[in-house]
Amino acid sequence: MKRTKLFLATLLATTMLAAGSASAKTLIYCSEGSPEGFDPAPYTAGTTFDASSKPLYNRLVEFKRGTSEVIPGLAESWEVSEDGLTYTFKLRQGVKFHSTDYFTPTRDFNADDVIFTFERQLKKDHPWNQYTAGIAWEYFDGMSMPDLLASIEKVDDHTVKFMLKRPEAPMVANLAMDFASIMSAEYAAKLEADGKKEMLNQQPVGTGPFKFVAYQKDAVIRYAAHEGYWSGKQPIDDLVFAITTDASVRQQKLKAGECHVAPYPNPADLEALKADPNLQVMEQEGLNVGYLAYNALQAPFDKTEVRKALNMAINKQAILEAVFQGAGKIAKNPIPPTMWSYNDAIEDDPYNPEEAKKMLEAAGVKDLKMKVWAMPVQRPYNPNARRMAELIQADFAKVGVEVEIVSYEWGEYLKLSKEKDRDGAILLGWTGDNGDPDNFLAVLLGCDGVGGSNRAQWCNKEFEDLIQKAKTISDKAERTKLYEQAQVVFKREAPWATIAHSVVFMPMSKKVSGYVMDPLGGHWFDGVDIAE
Amino acid sequence: MLAFLLRRIGLIIPTFIGVTIASFAFIRILPGDPVLLMAGERGTSPERHAELMKQFGFDRPLWEQYFDYLFSALQGDLGNSLVTKKPVWDEFFTLFPATMELSFCAILFAVIIGMPAGVFAAVKRGSWFDQTIMGTALVGYSMPIFWWGLLLIILFSGMLGWTPVSGRISLLYFFPPVTGFMLVDSLLSGQKGAFASALSHLILPTIVLGTIPLAVVARQTRSAMLEVLGEDYVRTARAKGLSPSRVIGVHALRNAMIPVITTIGLQVGVLLAGAILTETIFSWPGIGKWMVDSIFRRDYPAVQGGLLMIAAIVMLVNLIVDLLYGLINPRIRHTR
Repeated sequence: MKRTKLFLATLLATTMLAAGSASAKTLIYCSEGSPEGFDPAPYTAGTTFDASSKPLYNRLVEFKRGTSEVIPGLAESWEVSEDGLTYTFKLRQGVKFHSTDYFTPTRDFNADDVIFTFERQLKKDHPWNQYTAGIAWEYFDGMSMPDLLASIEKVDDHTVKFMLKRPEAPMVANLAMDFASIMSAEYAAKLEADGKKEMLNQQPVGTGPFKFVAYQKDAVIRYAAHEGYWSGKQPIDDLVFAITTDASVRQQKLKAGECHVAPYPNPADLEALKADPNLQVMEQEGLNVGYLAYNALQAPFDKTEVRKALNMAINKQAILEAVFQGAGKIAKNPIPPTMWSYNDAIEDDPYNPEEAKKMLEAAGVKDLKMKVWAMPVQRPYNPNARRMAELIQADFAKVGVEVEIVSYEWGEYLKLSKEKDRDGAILLGWTGDNGDPDNFLAVLLGCDGVGGSNRAQWCNKEFEDLIQKAKTISDKAERTKLYEQAQVVFKREAPWATIAHSVVFMPMSKKVSGYVMDPLGGHWFDGVDIAE
Repeated sequence: MLAFLLRRIGLIIPTFIGVTIASFAFIRILPGDPVLLMAGERGTSPERHAELMKQFGFDRPLWEQYFDYLFSALQGDLGNSLVTKKPVWDEFFTLFPATMELSFCAILFAVIIGMPAGVFAAVKRGSWFDQTIMGTALVGYSMPIFWWGLLLIILFSGMLGWTPVSGRISLLYFFPPVTGFMLVDSLLSGQKGAFASALSHLILPTIVLGTIPLAVVARQTRSAMLEVLGEDYVRTARAKGLSPSRVIGVHALRNAMIPVITTIGLQVGVLLAGAILTETIFSWPGIGKWMVDSIFRRDYPAVQGGLLMIAAIVMLVNLIVDLLYGLINPRIRHTR
């Protein structure tokens, strides 16, 4: 009798437990790596942002989901002064920070949080500038914010002013980037008082759609829906990141139902994933470009007709099939097609080896020997640089150009390839940061970048004037025109052979709904639901 | 015995110094530096690069950096990871239990299956059984771990659905780590089914990591047994009319154990190397994967600290094996 009672009690308890867990909706995301920390500002890796800035934080402005268009976030509206030097943001009211077992906020989000977020990165003497040993504000510096921002001022609790040193149209887009995630000044003050500043990077508090629950290093990150989220509670209750570094294993986990969403599939596995009746595969063009940059400072690549001829010798279709295995699109412009101001009227250099050979002869180039640099790492814009270099080597051989393929360790590669006297053409690429064309055209092809990020060492006055002008005006239609013209100049002058833009695939369970792919490459789970 | 112990410990000091130099030099010999890699395609200006290198203390003379590292290490301070900014010591000991649990299970698997297989192969020398065992061992020894792991996952997790694909425990279970050993923690948590889940997650990684040691143990046991079985005292034991199981199990196996124990001890290094791949395939949060990530990011403190800790553990295990060996075989502790 006693035994039966015990059995019934256990059964009841188990049923209740099961019912409890069934009512909580959990979405499992098989992420590809571990975050470096939970404060996004010191980092640059997408994997870190997926686990920190995206679920946990908001920014003053946000990218409209699925686009690179900027929309209000924690700022309800903003105004730009006539001279383009002052940006005034009206802040949203009633925004709650996360309540966790390590922090309970006593006030809503206000101007102090904005000031704290940016000043810690801007001011070298700020108490949080070096809050743990060896911290660097990589993206803030990388986007030249210290040269751009004069000061940030609190007008009142719900108004902040950003003063710029010079007009810069992409400024608002910069504020939608991960490094601009708004931190809680109140939480920071508490940590400082407790002498535990470093916890800001380990136990995060934000205003985002999910709050942090726990992280087991290299294994699992757990989040729970933020009950008081300003735009409403999420459809799911719990979000779990199961860290799974190997692509084949991610695919197996997805098939076995151990996760619901798994990014970065092997291109070779796509067919099988698409054929699985329980899975759906979403796809989108990535906001990136893979290119071959000549050195325009070195003969004979200083001649436009030589660069043009070599561009015509490259069989891009073959590269797309062999290197991208279909997960790519031929690039004709230096910016990707999903970006505003993309000039679709431009025609790509046709693949024509005979004509290319004639053009080289006409330019007086005979028995040309050159180097092609192949990256030692895999990147979305170039999944296999060595293979790509080999195909280019074969293509160039057909027009009488002998290619030697060289490669270096990644850090060295990036460093050596910047040098103005670099020998040879280099394979490289770029993934957009803020969805602004300036982020491609000025960074990669502007005169300031020569000897730096402008790997073609190409400085063209006509092009430079266009992009500099576009930077100073805030009217988007007018900027679009200027960038379209700049792309015409680029195509005519051919400092690069534009190779391809990648196509990103996202396999997930058919139970998942509401997932929207981000052209900037992030993974967002707000608004995502899962069927029971 | 005490003299033997002191002699062995005395040997550890120069080895330790050697390891600190090697681990310090290894990561610095690799081209590239952490600042360049952190910046990626975006790049940094030479001034900013210099500023960051200074901030990390990498602008100081190498000998100064080395002695700083050595003296800090002697005080148990391995510095902070450049990436996560957390102490390397903490990072290491958060992850180490996972590697240790997996390695322990793998070696247990290798010994439990490998030793009997070796004994039977020796007893039935030349039979089809012997040839099958030794053939399988050779295949196991030559198996690329990555391929073997994926194959098992596709078969047992994908097609048959018997085992989970990866991880240490089902995500349904959530409890704070106490010891870091999932088998123990799952029991301590008191959650129903947690232990079974942890155990089922261990099966495939144990097999994958244990395969090479299994092959080595089986082959070593077989050859040691063959040698011992040919000895005079075994013949005498047989002539006395002892049962075959007693001759093999007591007289022969005991003596054959000596080289086998040494082999098992030497497998610790092999296990840690194999753990890197096994952990990557099975998303096992251990030190192998962590070390590889740190090397790719040129996280100097993490790499030199991690290498030092691994070397210290291998030295410790070898010391223990030597002492065990000395206990079993008196000739060792009395010579030299």
